[in-house]
Amino acid sequence: MLDVAGLHAHYGRAHILDGVGFTVAAGEVAVLLGRNGSGKSTTMKAIMGLVPPSAGSVRFEGRDIAGQPPFRIARAGIGYVPEERRIFTDLTVLENLDVGRQPARAGLRSWDAARLFDLFPSLGAMRDRPGGRMSGGEQQMLTIARTLMGNPRLLLLDEPSEGLAPVIIERMVHAIAALKAEGLSILLSEQNLHFARLVSDRAVIIEKGRIRWAGTLPDLIAADDVREQYLSV
Amino acid sequence: MEDLLIQALNGLASASSLFLVASGLTVIFGVSRIVNFAHGSLYMLGAYVGWSLVTQLPEGLAGTSVGFWGSILLAALIVGAIGMVIEVLLLRRIYEAPELFQLLATFGVVLVVQDVALLIWGPQDLLGPRAPLLRGSTEMLGVRFPRYELFLIIVGPVVLGLLWLLFHRTRWGTLVRAATQDREMVSALGVDQRRLFTSVFFLGAMLAGLGGTLQLPRESVNLQMDLAIITEAFVVVVVGGLGSLPGAFLAALLIGELHAFGILILPRITLVLVFLVMAIVLVARPHGLLGRASAPSRGAAAAPDPPIGPTPRPLIVAGAIALALLIAAPLLLRDYEISVLTELLIFVLFAASLHFIMGPGGMASFGHAAYFGAGAYGAALLAKHLGAPMLLGLAAAPALAGLLGIAFGWFCVRLSGVYSAMLTLAFAQIAWSVAFQWVEVTGGDNGILGVWPDGWARDKSVFFYLTLVLCIGASLMLRRAVRAPFGYALRAGRDNALRAEAIGIDGFRIRWLAFTVAAVAAGIAGGLFAYSKGSVFPSTLGIPRSVDALLMVLLGGVQTLSGPIVGALAFAGLQEQLMRATELWRLIMGSVIIALVLFFPQGLAGAVQKAWGK
Ligand SMILES: Nc1ncnc2c1ncn2[C@@H]1O[C@H](COP(=O)(O)OP(=O)(O)OP(=O)(O)O)[C@@H](O)[C@H]1O
Ligand SMILES: [Mg+2]
Repeated sequence: MLDVAGLHAHYGRAHILDGVGFTVAAGEVAVLLGRNGSGKSTTMKAIMGLVPPSAGSVRFEGRDIAGQPPFRIARAGIGYVPEERRIFTDLTVLENLDVGRQPARAGLRSWDAARLFDLFPSLGAMRDRPGGRMSGGEQQMLTIARTLMGNPRLLLLDEPSEGLAPVIIERMVHAIAALKAEGLSILLSEQNLHFARLVSDRAVIIEKGRIRWAGTLPDLIAADDVREQYLSV
Repeated sequence: MEDLLIQALNGLASASSLFLVASGLTVIFGVSRIVNFAHGSLYMLGAYVGWSLVTQLPEGLAGTSVGFWGSILLAALIVGAIGMVIEVLLLRRIYEAPELFQLLATFGVVLVVQDVALLIWGPQDLLGPRAPLLRGSTEMLGVRFPRYELFLIIVGPVVLGLLWLLFHRTRWGTLVRAATQDREMVSALGVDQRRLFTSVFFLGAMLAGLGGTLQLPRESVNLQMDLAIITEAFVVVVVGGLGSLPGAFLAALLIGELHAFGILILPRITLVLVFLVMAIVLVARPHGLLGRASAPSRGAAAAPDPPIGPTPRPLIVAGAIALALLIAAPLLLRDYEISVLTELLIFVLFAASLHFIMGPGGMASFGHAAYFGAGAYGAALLAKHLGAPMLLGLAAAPALAGLLGIAFGWFCVRLSGVYSAMLTLAFAQIAWSVAFQWVEVTGGDNGILGVWPDGWARDKSVFFYLTLVLCIGASLMLRRAVRAPFGYALRAGRDNALRAEAIGIDGFRIRWLAFTVAAVAAGIAGGLFAYSKGSVFPSTLGIPRSVDALLMVLLGGVQTLSGPIVGALAFAGLQEQLMRATELWRLIMGSVIIALVLFFPQGLAGAVQKAWGK
């Protein structure tokens, strides 16, 4: 589904991604794990074209999309949910969803507001509320819902659990499971294992812009030394 | 009583026209963050294109309503298309460029359009036809009022309503509002930003064109329409709050009525009144009536300014050689050439003074000519009314400019970004109107003549040396100040205002002082300018003169200390040559500016510095 190889990225002169490579298989939930500043968000932005990759390839469903503008990558079927959520605060919930809307995709049940309100019932109760007057948890649901309106085949979720209350995290876990059941492939990023182990099949560990380890979740949980070295704070 | 009513209605009619132009400007700014100087040109084109269409209608349509109103609409659409072309060919390439470069590029467009219009329509004023169906006047509340004005009064609110529907009831409008907040996120959601921006430009340009073409039955079409309307539209947009349509509408009403009643009550100071109101609004509400403090639109990251190092050796050598050549110049050149060189030196100081607040200070001024002009008038007034000797006049120049700098600066340095720049423009316009309207003292449009140097300095070479000493001396002192502790504090405030305050730098005072120093330096240049020309006119402090200074600084490069020198020489030299060589100097100058923005975004000196560094 997604095949990233030798990906490099810079912010100005700072070399942030130093040859990142990993894959996400169709229908699986993979998690990109790493400490603060290890390059998780930058990897997602580079895949999405928001930070132009300086070298390397990003193959999505067989096509190299590296270097394309973000809107083409989105239309190719990758949905991006940013860490900072980036809700349009002046727009209502329905309008936020409307911005994300893209044409239906062959072989995929397409999303609309009604289906999304089934997935995130609390959003349905505030259709006309401006995004700026929602809680952090509600905004997190809205940003995911907004991206789903584009009917992506692969979802990039950047730290969806960050700063959320346990109840909301639980709801997030259910939502991700439901999306996986729909057949969506998901790449999420996380700092700690706790949330990741509830939803993911496979883990990829990044540190200082390089992939250090990749394997299944049970393997990672068994590998104390790896967790000690790359994940403990 | 009747007069008041008529004036009130007149005010509403002008408010509508103003709103049409301002709404386009504010919509374009909201999404693209580009302050489009060329918006006034689109307005002017609307009037010209409309005139051509209406006057060249085929037999059956001439003089009919269908012909007239069809032409009006068609003209607006054509101008919309022209706006689209400008966006695709030029602006699209510079969305990531610094704000001021975008402004510079749009000013290049202003120059080009002026000459193109001159070529197509000629220099004479053109009179449009009356509007069919709306000829004559209607009796209302006991007074007769022209029907066309009533129609215009309705147009404003109708357009506001339509725009509201467009932005709140269509997906396109939702996308535009979303892009106004976070255009990068919009593109990550699969929206083609470029097409969205182009369509926004079409809309904005069309509104400007409509505003212009609707003036046909009211006033003549001429080549001065562009700059006249753009200043007013800037005022409206800024007073209303950048990006806010209802704000623009409110501000248009305010400004329209202010004009109308100002003429009735204080005809001499209407212009001052408008800008004074703007200054008051901005000081009370730094983001305009209905504007909000907006985070900079995401997706346009600006690179930090490079630090300023010691002057590199080759530059010192080059400077020394240039100075030696200048000292030798009067021996080799003829009088005329010496005068040209004198003027170039004056512009170098003028540009250096503006650079002082723009580069290290990080504040853009659209009205720097005010201080240049204050210097010129300070010297000329003393010479004319008191018969003062030249040296006294030259001393009065920076004094008057400095006082003005203290007064205006106190307001301007409290605001930031576009708002601050607009306030400088407003103050410059106030200064201009005083020079223009206070005829007893300043001679108004006729200016002050006979401001010649005293006998000992009448020789061109002597005056040249005087200018050389003063201009180069003052420029070097500005350069020195940037490297002094004061300069560090100024740059610290520019780069991170909060952190600078935290380490005990009083940003307001530092900026205020810098503003005043720049005004004093510009005043010295202005005083010399008056004596070198022998006269002063209101144009000495007009917008074009302010823009000249901006062009010099930006052409040279804001980030380098040598930028203003290179820029002043390149700009003033080029302009001088072009004006002598061709009538169409604006066209060439505008094209050169556009090319420079596209190919040398760091300015000339910046480009050299970069090539050197490699
Ligand atoms: N806009 C930027 N400009 C310059 N450097 C940046 C920028 N954004 C991130 N960085 C740097 O890039 C590195 C990787 O950042 P990134 O945001 O990818 O990390 P992350 O793994 O997502 O961290 P976190 O868990 O805190 O979200 C960090 O060292 C960070 O300081
Ligand atoms: Mg991150």
